Amino acid sequence: MNKKSTLKKVLKRIEKYRLLVVLSLLMAAATVILTLYLPILTGEAVDGIVAKGLVNFTGLFKILKTMVAVLVATAVFQWLMNIINNHITYHVVQDIRREAFEKLEKLPLKYVDSHSYGDIVSRMIADVDQFAEGLLMGFTQLFTGLLTIVGTLFFMFDINVKIALVVVLLTPLSLFVAGFIAKRTYTMFKKQSETRGEQTSLIEEMVGNLKVVKAFGHEDENQENFDEINGRLQKYSLDAIFYSSLVNPCTRFINSMIYAGVGITGAISALNGGISVGQLTCFLSYANQYTKPFNEISGVITELQNALACAARVFELIEEEPEVPEKKDAVILENANGEITLEHVYFSYTADKKLIQDFNLSVKPGQRIAIVGPTGCGKTTLINLLMRFYDVNEGKISVDGNEIRDITRGSLRTNYGMVLQDTWIRGGTVKDNIVIGKPDATMEEIIAAAKASRAHDFIKRLPQGYDTVLGEEGGNLSQGQKQLLCITRVMLCLPPMLILDEATSSIDTRTEIKIQQAFAKMMEGRTSFIVAHRLSTIREADIILVMKDGNIIEQGSHEELLAQNGFYAELYNSQFAG
Amino acid sequence: MKRLLVFLKDYKKETVLAPLFKLLEASFELMIPLVVAAIVDQGIGQGNLNYVYKAGGIMILLGIIGLIAAVSAQFFAAKAAVGFATGLRSALFQHIQSLSYTEIDQVGTSTLITRLTSDVNQVQSGVNMTLRLLLRSPFIVFGAMIMAFTVDVKAALVFVGVIPLLCIVVFGIMVLTMPMYKLVQKRLDEVLALTRENLTGIRVIRAFHKEKEEIEKFKKSNEELTEIQLGVGKVSALMNPVTYVIINLGLVLLIYFGAIQVDAGHLTQGQVIALINYISQILVELIKMANLIVLITKALSSANRLSNIFDISSSMTENGDASIQEEKEIPILEFENVGFCYAGAGEDSLSNIDFSVYKGETVGIIGGTGSGKSTLVNLIPRFYDATSGQVLYHGKSIGEYNLEELRGRIGVVPQKAVLFKGTIKSNLQWGNEKASDEELEEALKVSQAKEFVEKLDKYLDAPVAQGGKNFSGGQRQRLTIARAMVRKPEILILDDSTSALDYATDARLRAELKARKESMTTFIVSQRTSSIQFADKIIVLEDGKIVGLGTHKYLLEHCEVYQEIYDSQYQNPEEEEGADE
Repeated sequence: MNKKSTLKKVLKRIEKYRLLVVLSLLMAAATVILTLYLPILTGEAVDGIVAKGLVNFTGLFKILKTMVAVLVATAVFQWLMNIINNHITYHVVQDIRREAFEKLEKLPLKYVDSHSYGDIVSRMIADVDQFAEGLLMGFTQLFTGLLTIVGTLFFMFDINVKIALVVVLLTPLSLFVAGFIAKRTYTMFKKQSETRGEQTSLIEEMVGNLKVVKAFGHEDENQENFDEINGRLQKYSLDAIFYSSLVNPCTRFINSMIYAGVGITGAISALNGGISVGQLTCFLSYANQYTKPFNEISGVITELQNALACAARVFELIEEEPEVPEKKDAVILENANGEITLEHVYFSYTADKKLIQDFNLSVKPGQRIAIVGPTGCGKTTLINLLMRFYDVNEGKISVDGNEIRDITRGSLRTNYGMVLQDTWIRGGTVKDNIVIGKPDATMEEIIAAAKASRAHDFIKRLPQGYDTVLGEEGGNLSQGQKQLLCITRVMLCLPPMLILDEATSSIDTRTEIKIQQAFAKMMEGRTSFIVAHRLSTIREADIILVMKDGNIIEQGSHEELLAQNGFYAELYNSQFAG
Repeated sequence: MKRLLVFLKDYKKETVLAPLFKLLEASFELMIPLVVAAIVDQGIGQGNLNYVYKAGGIMILLGIIGLIAAVSAQFFAAKAAVGFATGLRSALFQHIQSLSYTEIDQVGTSTLITRLTSDVNQVQSGVNMTLRLLLRSPFIVFGAMIMAFTVDVKAALVFVGVIPLLCIVVFGIMVLTMPMYKLVQKRLDEVLALTRENLTGIRVIRAFHKEKEEIEKFKKSNEELTEIQLGVGKVSALMNPVTYVIINLGLVLLIYFGAIQVDAGHLTQGQVIALINYISQILVELIKMANLIVLITKALSSANRLSNIFDISSSMTENGDASIQEEKEIPILEFENVGFCYAGAGEDSLSNIDFSVYKGETVGIIGGTGSGKSTLVNLIPRFYDATSGQVLYHGKSIGEYNLEELRGRIGVVPQKAVLFKGTIKSNLQWGNEKASDEELEEALKVSQAKEFVEKLDKYLDAPVAQGGKNFSGGQRQRLTIARAMVRKPEILILDDSTSALDYATDARLRAELKARKESMTTFIVSQRTSSIQFADKIIVLEDGKIVGLGTHKYLLEHCEVYQEIYDSQYQNPEEEEGADE
């Protein structure tokens, strides 16, 4: 992504606030004009103070009163301008963050599964933050800077066109230097940003799993890796910061050369009688005023470089290809009967590793499908396809006769109650965690669901019961308790179809039996897919899918499969051997 | 802040040189007007063209020296600031890694991440700008004030009034905004936490079709962040206009007093102009400084947040020096009336735990969900310290040993199978970084992972994605077991870490472990009686208390809870089959 297109994207997002931008410009103009007017008033006041006994106090008071009015007005305009600029910047940033987050909710699972969380987080937090800083600085200093230049130019041309032209012709030099440095630093800032992302990934991974790190005493190795990246970051940051900070001294140098040039040519033309000494002094002071904003602007430009480099990384995320959009006439699936068919389904995560091939399955409403197979055989792949987390490569999956690609994703997914082995508990109260699927549930409903899932007992014993605040990732809850909460979520919604992926793996068997009873009651008339290795659960299934190495190798009822004496029979017999 | 300044120690030279060069540059800058005055007075005044060229040359020379000084100053400032941040980040990471489980639970992961990233960056730019500008601005402000006194004492008294007033305003705004900036960072933490949650819970959120609600939630959190950013912006935006007003009111006063003085014949017009010039110089510097103050305030509030983390110290003593003495008669591990309560939790999670284990024994731990099984095994490698009673290892309290040495002898397979970005090999070497390929293969064989690892393209060098996302739950569990086995641990703890394994694999794993019984004491936490029924000792937990302790056979006869657990899962397949038909 190049700089120009990034800038275009930023401008597009600012456009929404164009009225405020205009207002900010007006404020900036007022501020600059008043700021330039004050020295004139000062000059007039000083002119009134001639010598002993010759001071015109009445005239002076009048001027001083105007001065007070002008300076108060300047301050008010400046403050308003600052507030408007803050408003624009932080709203643009807010918009960008929201856009990024909205994209996050639409990204294909494939993207999220294959990217590090730390990097995504770093783009949304650190990069956006840096961008805000640059943008704000741009707003506050770019306008006033430009307007000051225009204002002083006006005054300079008013005094002497020739020398004014010299100044105007020489200034591109400082802009050229600033541009030259800025171009170089853009890549440095980008490198810094990337390395920062890499470091955030490491931090996210290691701090996020600090408990494992400590269990294995891996702190020292982590420190080594961290320090290695940190060292690189140091180098890139030093490059970026140092080279970008060269802009200011360099342009200032060029400006003082211009100043010297004006001084010398001015002095020569004064010697020739071209201008008066007073005019020269005045000219020099304006030349100074004129070049100062250039310094500021060049500073802003480097800051903007950095901001753009950061923005580019956020835009990369925002522009990531979203999930295939839903068809316009997509059906909203309501209370599915649970008739599911898979016809000639082919699927693989990567083209070079074939997984599911020509898979056919027909499930009648209310049937129970158990998915079995040795560890790592790809059972979750099937769930990914049923939930449409991933799309099939070929063939089709239908629910109640509708191909799932013709159904809205939301309605398809909410028709399934899904409990995964990997529990997910968010920061918030126990209640918040349960009502995710049904935010308007009454307390009675919640407690009934928790009782069915056997979570009520332990929740009751927490310090504040259902209002106990759980930390990130569930705090001190045991893995089993977390699973109970996840089951409660589904119990509360009672969707027409179920997917249970090792949903009770960390729950003790006595509790599990009770939950199973609740599930059994729940599953009556509900199509359900169960990944399990407890054979008692499996044997009751209507269809058993036996998977191996990502493929479905056998399919049928318990008896049929045993009679086949194939892989399932082997698995079944091995269970009670040891 | 003091705590953080240590990290400038290695950059003493740069820290001193940067502002010095900056002052040098400022001095040259102050000299230029003098040269111009000379050109006007002597060059033009006396019609001396040569003098004009000479003075012009001096100006260019001053410019070049100024440039060199400025570049040096920028370089030293950048070097010191970046070096400072690098050291700080490294030390902070180290410190965070030294925290014990209790502190990690309390502080939370998200905020640790923002502090390591965003807060350190804030502090870095704060240091950089401080080194560049902090000395320069007061130098010019006070320099100008002193110069004003040399012109006229009475008129200069205006400066004495104005400057303290300015200080009050600047510091007042600083004090006012500091807690607000802290709040900004806190809100940023919340936005970050929400982002992380949505990444880790993406499947659940989509399954419940809660994308819109999450976006709403994020929007709210994001808006709250904006709101506080705007709030603090409003206050800090006052800095420039207020200083502008004060200075220029000073200017008005100066003109007024100057006029009186001139009228009385104590001052000339030129001297008034000089005084006005000085006050304008102050204004220019103050505007620069106002921006700097905002940056410094931000940096200080971030520095505070960092200090807070440094202030949390591990609640655990780590540097015990007891030597490990093995004696056959003494149990390798002993729990003496141990109780444990999580910080901030109301009820004890464990109470009155009493048992002992001899070398080579296999101990099964079973009990209901939330009965304290994991908590119990977490006390062995001192992830948490017992809140009452004590845990003895080879006859001495585990607190007396060096923590690293103690943990080095224990292989833990946590419930949550976490792998790290890298390769199979790099993950396994977490157990022991010096392990040879043969040793790794041996560990893979024990953990029943060899079969699938062998099928991978690059075998031991096959890549592992962050969190092990490219492996299934069962594969991850087997790899985490292998990781613990690589360590050749004296004590192996399997914390319900075979839940995703099918029975056949689980059985083969247990057989492999049994073969290593001589050198290894094993703790198996499990839901299944089949996984632990061959253990030498089985501990049955219920609500944090031991309700049964003995062999499978003994417990079946004497422990009601154990019987219930057993009945709930272990039934003869034929019998069950019969019951079904």
